[in-house]
Amino acid sequence: MAMNPDGTPGQHHILSVLVENKFGVLTRVAGLFARRGFNIVSLAVSPTEDERYSRMTIVVDADSAPLEQVTKQLNKLIPVIKIVELSSEQAVERELMLVTVKATAEARSQITELAAIFEARIEDVGYDSITIMVAGRPDKLDAMTDLLSPFGILELQRTGRIALPKLTRRPARLRAVKTSTA
Amino acid sequence: MKITGAQALIKSLEMEGTDVMFGLPGGAILPVYDPLIDSSIRHILVRHEQGAGHMAEGYAHATGRPGVAMVTSGPAATNVVTPLCDAYMDSIPLVMVTGQVPYSVIGTDAFQECDTVGITMPVTKHNWLVTDANDIPRIVREAFHVATTGRPGPVLVDLPKDIANQSMDWYWPESIDLPGYKPNLKGHAKQIKDAVRLMGESHRPVIYAGGGILKARAAETLRELAELTGFPVVTTLMARGAFPDDHDLCLGMPGMHGNYTAVTAMQQSDLLVALGSRFDDRVTGKLDGFAPEAKVIHVDIDPAELGKVRRPDVPIVGDCKYVIEEMVKATKADRAKTTPAEKRTGGRWPSLEEWMTRVHGWQRDFPLGYEQTDDGPLKPQFCIDMLRDNTPDDTIVASGVGQHQMWTSQRWKFNHPYTWVNSGGLGTMGFAVPAAIGAKVGKPERLVWAIDGDGCFQMTAQELVTASAERIPVKIAILNNAYLGMVRQWQELFYEERYSEVYLSPDLPDYVKWAEAMGCVGFRVDTPEDVVPTIEKANSIDDRPVVIDFRTDYREKVYPMVAPGTTNDEIILDPAHDKHGGR
Repeated sequence: MAMNPDGTPGQHHILSVLVENKFGVLTRVAGLFARRGFNIVSLAVSPTEDERYSRMTIVVDADSAPLEQVTKQLNKLIPVIKIVELSSEQAVERELMLVTVKATAEARSQITELAAIFEARIEDVGYDSITIMVAGRPDKLDAMTDLLSPFGILELQRTGRIALPKLTRRPARLRAVKTSTA
Repeated sequence: MKITGAQALIKSLEMEGTDVMFGLPGGAILPVYDPLIDSSIRHILVRHEQGAGHMAEGYAHATGRPGVAMVTSGPAATNVVTPLCDAYMDSIPLVMVTGQVPYSVIGTDAFQECDTVGITMPVTKHNWLVTDANDIPRIVREAFHVATTGRPGPVLVDLPKDIANQSMDWYWPESIDLPGYKPNLKGHAKQIKDAVRLMGESHRPVIYAGGGILKARAAETLRELAELTGFPVVTTLMARGAFPDDHDLCLGMPGMHGNYTAVTAMQQSDLLVALGSRFDDRVTGKLDGFAPEAKVIHVDIDPAELGKVRRPDVPIVGDCKYVIEEMVKATKADRAKTTPAEKRTGGRWPSLEEWMTRVHGWQRDFPLGYEQTDDGPLKPQFCIDMLRDNTPDDTIVASGVGQHQMWTSQRWKFNHPYTWVNSGGLGTMGFAVPAAIGAKVGKPERLVWAIDGDGCFQMTAQELVTASAERIPVKIAILNNAYLGMVRQWQELFYEERYSEVYLSPDLPDYVKWAEAMGCVGFRVDTPEDVVPTIEKANSIDDRPVVIDFRTDYREKVYPMVAPGTTNDEIILDPAHDKHGGR
């Protein structure tokens, strides 16, 4: 996550961008961000349920450019079909993290305990280090990173964020007819 | 019917109505040049690929049809980057075809290979690398569609040599399927209503007309709106000719070198009706001091322009022609609602009499000034005035970039749309000669003059060889002040007269000999009395290009000027002619 100079998390926006599944589309999107001076915090690209399209989940640093300009410029790219802006409250956001921490014999149990709390999995164990995989909301991954850092983080890799809109739980239609006696 | 990809490309260009293309062959594009021999398309062989691009732009400027150019791979493709970028900045419809090394060897650093699609991505509206000859008709159709609709712009089709040689079954697609490309032409009805409401409340309105008016073929409609409302109109550098300079409501060009009235009217207005303009930094000056009291109605076909620079009070996405027509209708309807009481006080909309009195006062008090003495050095402004006064009203004028461009834009009377061909956004020196050639090809019945600087001329003059060979009788007026004049002006005003690398010499090259070597007629003019007779001689020559070397006063500067980093309130008038003691 992009940090402000004082260490607090920077403002960000999530754009879910449906694009044509053709070569060069990622270059067009990335090139546009570079040319207009917009910063990408993270990026995840994958095919969708429809093989003609891919979905890019782009986390944009909101301080680098007004979001409106970002989406309007993105919309001008011909392979871009649809852009949905997701705020954190309206979206289910997930990320995956692999982290290798120093784990001497004495620290190992503390680390595995921590991993259990975070529902993380031990993916690899070395002589004096452990690789852990954890998935979840970005802030959960941040918290896990904070707690692991005293042990000594050797390597860390996070995927880009993926997100889908939250589902509505309202009934589809309000009925004028009484269906219940309660 | 089995044909090759190359044949399919030429056939597709014909299907799109291409009558002329500008280009230069080479290794990778060779297969396409072969079927060109049998095609109805006229090909104009340029001397440098940059010339092909600018000619295609000039053609598009003058005709409104897309300019088509074709060059080979590698260095040819990089040579067209400048015209592509120029067309991108000024929204000129351009279809560029480049050859590419065979698809099978792409990525191996083959001879004359370069990543054309990658290089031109940021300077085209869209581009395509053809990977299968069967896609060619579809891609060409899409390319013309994208180039000419919505906000127009350049597109590029990169065709590998083996794909050009591949055989395919000819077809012509009946429809275009671009799910991510749906330009919105019709402005939102409610927004248009809101716009007209603001217009009906304004006491100091200005219509700020941009190049979008010309792209939308909306000059007539704009005139109707202006005459209906009585709103004065400024025409930006890209919109010169979109509203006739002779019209009472025309204030001319605003901006860094705009006239005092146009700049000040915008600055003091309470409503800017921006139609197809984009609040360019050369128009606004220092942004936070620009038209501080004005509300803004902004109409543009490109949604990204709305709010990019200045937040509009009423944003309208749509085609200028359509939206202005709706504004005219809504204005008429709104005015028809006048109550008897309102009628007694002069109508529903505020009277603009006081505002127009102020505007006319500025026009009277702050005209553009220069002085030509009989025996003094030749003034560039005088040359332009004489050209203007000794050519037909519908003459097409092309220019390069710099002082000569600003003087021409300031002084010419553009009374018809599509008579001004220049490089606005990118500011491409060397634009004039090839652009004039392209314009003349598109409008052979018109007189086409390029007004060029000596610095600009030296960048692309070789295209006069093309013009001579192809019998394209353009006329070039070089305002030769022996300097990179605009740079010199900035060094004089902002760098304490420390002139760094701006002197070019009036005699080197010898422009008359150079013109003659290129098959043109060359003249030199040193004195004011020779100006008109030489122009008349040039106008009478119709079988070859003409070049006139006007030896002009290097000390002349372009005024008025809004210095960089200052607001439009701080406009500097020509100190030599400012009878108001400079402001």
